[in-house]
Amino acid sequence: MSEDYNDNKTIQAQSSEAISGGGSVSPDLDYVRPAEIPDQDLYHGHSFLTKWVFCQDAKVIGVQYFLLATFTGIIGLILSWLMRLQLGFPGAAGFMTAEHYYQFVTMHGMIMVVYFLTALFLGGFGNFLIPLMVGARDMVFPYLNMVSFWSFFVAVAVLLASFFVPGGPTGAGWTLYPPQTILEGTPGSGWGILLMCISLILFVAGFTMGGLNYLITVLQARTRGMTLMRMPLTVWGIFTATVLAMLAFPALLVGALMMTLDKVLQTSFFMPTILKAGEVLEYGGGSPILFQHLFWFFGHPEVYIVALPAFGIVSDLISVHARKNIFGYRMMVWAIVGIGALSFFVWAHHMYVSGMNPWFGFFFATTTLIIAVPTAMKVYNWILTLWRGNIRMNVVMLWCLGFIITFVNGGITGIFLGNVSVDVPLSDTYFVIAHFHMVMGIAPLMVIMGAVYHWFPLVSGRFLDEKLGKWHFWLTFLGAYSIYFPMHYLGFIGVPRRYFEMYDSPYMTSAVGMNEFISTAAFIVGAAQFILIYNIIKTLKTGKPAGHNPWKANSLEWLTPKVPPEHGNWGERLPVVHRWPYDFSVPGAKEDFIPQTTPPSEVAHTEAEKT
Amino acid sequence: MHVGIILFLVILGSVLFHIFTPWYWTDIASNWGGMDDTITLTFWVGGGVFVAVCLFMIYCVFKFSYKENRRSEYKPEDKRLEKILTWATTLGVVALLAPGLMIWNQYVNVPKNAREVDVMAWQWGWQYRLPGEDGKLGTTKITNINDENPFGINPEDPFGKDDVMIQSDVLNLENNQPVKILLRSVDVLHNWYVPQFRAKMDAVPGIVTYYWFEPNKAGEYEVLCVEYCGVGHYAMRGTVIVQDNQEYENWLKEQETFSDLIANQENNIEINKKKLAKK
Repeated sequence: MSEDYNDNKTIQAQSSEAISGGGSVSPDLDYVRPAEIPDQDLYHGHSFLTKWVFCQDAKVIGVQYFLLATFTGIIGLILSWLMRLQLGFPGAAGFMTAEHYYQFVTMHGMIMVVYFLTALFLGGFGNFLIPLMVGARDMVFPYLNMVSFWSFFVAVAVLLASFFVPGGPTGAGWTLYPPQTILEGTPGSGWGILLMCISLILFVAGFTMGGLNYLITVLQARTRGMTLMRMPLTVWGIFTATVLAMLAFPALLVGALMMTLDKVLQTSFFMPTILKAGEVLEYGGGSPILFQHLFWFFGHPEVYIVALPAFGIVSDLISVHARKNIFGYRMMVWAIVGIGALSFFVWAHHMYVSGMNPWFGFFFATTTLIIAVPTAMKVYNWILTLWRGNIRMNVVMLWCLGFIITFVNGGITGIFLGNVSVDVPLSDTYFVIAHFHMVMGIAPLMVIMGAVYHWFPLVSGRFLDEKLGKWHFWLTFLGAYSIYFPMHYLGFIGVPRRYFEMYDSPYMTSAVGMNEFISTAAFIVGAAQFILIYNIIKTLKTGKPAGHNPWKANSLEWLTPKVPPEHGNWGERLPVVHRWPYDFSVPGAKEDFIPQTTPPSEVAHTEAEKT
Repeated sequence: MHVGIILFLVILGSVLFHIFTPWYWTDIASNWGGMDDTITLTFWVGGGVFVAVCLFMIYCVFKFSYKENRRSEYKPEDKRLEKILTWATTLGVVALLAPGLMIWNQYVNVPKNAREVDVMAWQWGWQYRLPGEDGKLGTTKITNINDENPFGINPEDPFGKDDVMIQSDVLNLENNQPVKILLRSVDVLHNWYVPQFRAKMDAVPGIVTYYWFEPNKAGEYEVLCVEYCGVGHYAMRGTVIVQDNQEYENWLKEQETFSDLIANQENNIEINKKKLAKK
């Protein structure tokens, strides 16, 4: 097992003076509580299979998650091209039937929300960053972590297999509302929906394994001195999102299970008495709205499962590249936690016109608009971090600026939809499509891209190409904005979502031109993503070496002895933390950054506040 | 420099697009103008916040771009500023929520004089039923539905006998007369929506849902199904014709009632019997 670190275990029990080297000032200043538990014992892979395939290193698992989620995301992207082809240029693709269209809509939605965004933020960034950022050697349960990824792999395989079964994948819409989901009249109501449910169940099971890892690692495996209020906001975001996921995914799991039973065993959890083609079916007494409650009890926190890691990551990126502490750190932490808690009390704002008791509308509109307050605070704090900063206008910062614009835009349209009576004319129209793509599609994607450009030097040891990066950013940002900003106005006209074609209605004729424009922009934005793939391949071969801590950041992931960090992250000794990760441009300090491991005695002459 | 300029043009373009857009609401034809007004209000408040936040950000981009010899300000928190911003935001949110809830209150409270319409949905079509002279709809049951009883009316229910049955997707409504739309579905979810009326609600199999509106502009409108209901969803349309009182009454008189239907059927049976007897 881990002989490399055996001699470490005893060292850990020493007090911090020996480790920090001791300053000339009072040693008490640098005091950090001694370690209470021995160092983690790690399994080091020795063969190709244990090193790269069934690997137990969280960093490799993170990259595996990232690659598989991206692969699935590219399928989702291609599906969106096909949809936009039909909407912008009906009949241009000869094979496109209504059945295919609805199948593509459904698979695009489910892939992007669950198998792309969730897997990428939590599985990808979570695995790679949590142990590094909290100063742990690895996740606390490395084996379980490996199983988590391979469960995700099987879930994706089952999902994609549904393209090849009789009847094809389900075309029930990503919300899978029964009864239509499991009745003929919806494409893929046989094998398709069954595989979808099985895939979701596998995903949730696998995700639970990973999620427990993230939570317990953050709670139990932080290095000495890394208090909760010294954690980077990235970790706070991913941590809180994982708590949400642990509470929300079970609702999806039971929903999928009950649906499977309704399909296979003819139970009637969601199925009332139904008359189909003159025949009364063998169902009765179930409630379709029950499924919607279960789905959205998962579905709304799911929005924040994607958004909170993005909030956290973007806070760190802005702070590092504006060379300024994040403004109002404590407010930011409490906003993340508060938004997370509130997100469990707003789910039925997706159901204002679902036929649930309409009096619920008062409650859910109020809770929904309350959530706008902490969210707005986060936005203010991002822009106040830029205020009087020293902003590096590099590609990472461009993605952050793009995020702020798209997120504020999407957040404001959320106030339209959350405000119950305003939602009535807009729900089920393209306004909704535009809103959620802006706020939980494009905005988080901007953060993902920023994060890729930011952390790629850590993962590979090389800088991604700036020039290609700028092309990638401007094409994606301007393109995506011109897709979704005008799309809101289609919703005002009243164009309904999930329409295979719609141009025969008199007041919709004006939508034709706009749809052609939107589709063209969608093709360009999609194609622009391949610039990143090219950039990555090129960088791996010939990219500029990054060296240690190239962005002059403070957080621990940049302070590993080797770049890229090896298995076990920290070499012989775990780092010891003395401050928060946002000590940028401290007056009196020689450099404009003070890493988290710098003991107070070394910077005693500066104005660094105690954190 | 150019980053700030491009981002500024994006924001400017958004505002200009909103002002000059040819794509906007259809002309409203119901009492729900309050919804449009709240949307306009939200546009002013929300749009104002959007523009202000983005312009502030763009200003920072211009003003605080990286310079080798400059240091950022070091100021971890500003409690006072954070407090002001929190309260200002809360105030803005309340200002938007209040009118929203007031209109919702009207939406869920149906006026007493509203005329009921039973909208029955299936994959993929609509049909309608109006109360007869007694002003009440008869009760229904899905399992009663058959060729002789297309709405599944309980044969024992006296209120059902005079119900007016419209076995077509065209519904006529009287202008300036509030209607309570009662929605039901025999198979999957549907939603009966006329964009010009603004109001909508899902039809859910197993329960009866409702909403109301008062059409206030005579004319012909297209009905859309706006809750995904399977492969024929996009083709599930209907028509509403809003007419003035006299025209409406004339139309109503021509419609068949449930007892008419039963009588006709009995008539048919008699005729058939006679035909058989002749042979």
